[in-house]
Amino acid sequence: MAEILIPKLAPQATAATTAPAGAPFIEIEDVSLFYGASKALKNISLKLEEKVVTAFIGPSGCGKSTLLRCLNRMNDLIDNVRIDGAIKIGGHDIYASDVDVIELRKRVGMVFQKSNPFPKSIYENVAYGLRLHGVKAKSDLDGRIEECLRASALWDEVKDRLHSSALGLSGGQQQRLCIARAIAIKPEVILMDEPASALDPIATARIEDLILDLKKEFTIVIVTHNMQQAARISDQTAFFYIGELVEFGPTTKIFTNPSQKRTEDYVSGRFG
Amino acid sequence: MENHFETGIENLRQKLLVMASHTEKSVNDAVQALTQRDHALALRVKADDDMIDQCEVEIDELAIQLLTKAPLATNLRLVTVAMKISQDLERIGDEASKIAKRARDLAQEPPIKLNLDLPRMAGIALQMLKAALDAFVNRDPAAARVVIPRDKEVDAFNKQIHATLVQHMVENPDAISRCLHWMVAAKSLERIADHATNIAEDVVYLCEAQDIRHTGFKNQPSPAAS
Amino acid sequence: MNTVTPGQYLPETAGDTTRITRSFRAERFDFWSFFFSGLTGLATLFILGILATILLNIIVNGWSAISWHFVSTIPKKDFFDANTTGVLPMIVGTAFRVIVMTIFVIPVGVITAIYLTEYAANTSIITRIIRAAVNNLAGVPSIVFGLFGLGFFINFVGKNLDKLLHNTDAVWGQPALIWASLTLAVMTLPVVIVATEESLKAIPPGLREASLALGATKLETILKIVLPQALPGIMTGGILAVSRAAGEVAPILFTGVAYYMASLPGHLSDQFMDLGYHIFVLSTQSPNIEQTRPILYATVLTLLMLTFALNIVAILIRARVRKKLRALG
Repeated sequence: MAEILIPKLAPQATAATTAPAGAPFIEIEDVSLFYGASKALKNISLKLEEKVVTAFIGPSGCGKSTLLRCLNRMNDLIDNVRIDGAIKIGGHDIYASDVDVIELRKRVGMVFQKSNPFPKSIYENVAYGLRLHGVKAKSDLDGRIEECLRASALWDEVKDRLHSSALGLSGGQQQRLCIARAIAIKPEVILMDEPASALDPIATARIEDLILDLKKEFTIVIVTHNMQQAARISDQTAFFYIGELVEFGPTTKIFTNPSQKRTEDYVSGRFG
Repeated sequence: MENHFETGIENLRQKLLVMASHTEKSVNDAVQALTQRDHALALRVKADDDMIDQCEVEIDELAIQLLTKAPLATNLRLVTVAMKISQDLERIGDEASKIAKRARDLAQEPPIKLNLDLPRMAGIALQMLKAALDAFVNRDPAAARVVIPRDKEVDAFNKQIHATLVQHMVENPDAISRCLHWMVAAKSLERIADHATNIAEDVVYLCEAQDIRHTGFKNQPSPAAS
Repeated sequence: MNTVTPGQYLPETAGDTTRITRSFRAERFDFWSFFFSGLTGLATLFILGILATILLNIIVNGWSAISWHFVSTIPKKDFFDANTTGVLPMIVGTAFRVIVMTIFVIPVGVITAIYLTEYAANTSIITRIIRAAVNNLAGVPSIVFGLFGLGFFINFVGKNLDKLLHNTDAVWGQPALIWASLTLAVMTLPVVIVATEESLKAIPPGLREASLALGATKLETILKIVLPQALPGIMTGGILAVSRAAGEVAPILFTGVAYYMASLPGHLSDQFMDLGYHIFVLSTQSPNIEQTRPILYATVLTLLMLTFALNIVAILIRARVRKKLRALG
């Protein structure tokens, strides 16, 4: 009689599938931000891991975009802004007096809510950042541009019209172009401010898949008001409310069993 | 302005409570029919089982509908737990039906001359079911945790009754068919206690987001803060 | 119960339910809408009519005196004789002064506008002073500019330049093409500044943010992204400045125009003749008005055609720039 082989059960997965524990890469230490006299960010402390997608969620006006823009010092462009506390990326304080903002922004890239391709050709859009930072030879540019457009899942759609205007692309394509433009200069961190909020569901889904691919190489911080999106693509989630950090933890925990009642209420849709 | 989603969640909870009370009643009636040899009651239990089955279908339908709205946190746990509890309740209803069937058969024959501890076993099983359902209604995980170790008592009773019946069957072969009815009824009660345990574990998960199934922590008290 | 006024609604078929449908025709004639759209049409016709009248008057009266000889001859001192007169020096003078003005006004105007839009803090006192100055400059009468040109450019800058260069005769300290052009540049500066500012403001801030987020400096962003986008607007400012300056006479009265020059202006320190000024001369100094009238009209027509030609060239260039911006980068 043949022996009946009972397959060995796979070992049970440990508690929650969270992000691998890595060294903190972005350290936000007791950061407060003032617009004039009004305190928009209140003593935020947060440690974000490397090569992980972190989502900032919270109702409108809670400070999540403001904090995001501190990470590449885009808030410097606004008059009357003061920042207390320290933000360290890779161990270096980015607000130190000897920091070159240009160099910082080369290593911390940003994708905006409304896609903003330059009114140039697709090729020139991606080449812009490369040229800024010294890449001039055509062969180098060509290769890098193709790499980035492939990484942004845009190559097949535009390879035959690289020199046509970027403004002729659809909204979703434009946003992927902006992502390609941002990764062209090989940043370490990519900041995304509601990158898919102006897109239809199919374009949004493609951007989300792209983000999941990108996280193998880049540390990504994404601000989103769409909780399902945060649940789908992020490994860690931070919930903000009126300028304060209410809760921070693995995404699965925040969305299945948050510790704070305010988080529970927001995530269950009782306000916001 | 009405929060329609919250209304849907509350609706689900209510349906579950309705199903729970039907089920509790069925088990009570079945045990009573068995111990009091009440043929009419036994027949009513079988009829009521259809209602319990219908409840399960409605609850599952509503749960799927709510899932399309992507509930999160406690709502998510409630929806998934509701589907599980409704399944356990439906099985309990089936077991009650089986007990009722055996009660009907036994009522038509003369009683056996044996003192079985079955009423006490039934009592514990009923208590476990009630406690688990109360824990769900009152959102009380501590009360749910208390239910779980009692399953061992019911198992012990089942073993004991089984042994007693086997002994009786050996000594009185003409009582074999009646003894087999009693064995099946005892087995059903043991199954009911198992399902009640499942419900209790589900309640703990719902309230504390802790999955205590198949672990050795059934006797641990609930964690400190939540 | 049917509470509807009979006849106002058209009930559909009889049956259990009468569905009320109403046609979409207007209930009454909207007088005021019609009146105002008619009024705007009339105003347009009125303006076009005036323009047509002026142009036709000039063309009809001046066409007879226009000829290739007329526009290519340097006249003798007596330019009231229709047979021997010509306006070549006036054409050259007008064109030169406009071109030199453009060379100065565009860079200064654009840089000022860039400072005001991109660099200056909107609330600072300096910004407010600059803006007030620009606005007031636009309201200064042109003759005042002429006097300013005389007093500042000629008597101050020019005289000191002569001293510096050890010129024995006054070379720079007298009316010259350069000073007239600079005076015109100062006069048309507000136009260029405002047009440039408007086109800079029209560029969405998202583009600047995108550039800065990639690690560009503010200057790089302005040079590579903002200015190329603003170019059509800047050119509009230039066109407006040219149109205004070509016809102005008062600013050049003391700063460079001459009653008569025997040769064409060849050097920035030369004086020059001018079409607008020549029109004034012809209409006030003529011994025989009947004889001079056709020359006068012809000169006017020449001035109009010159301005028109300068505008057309600028508009064509701007259209090409716009097309290039739209098609590719």
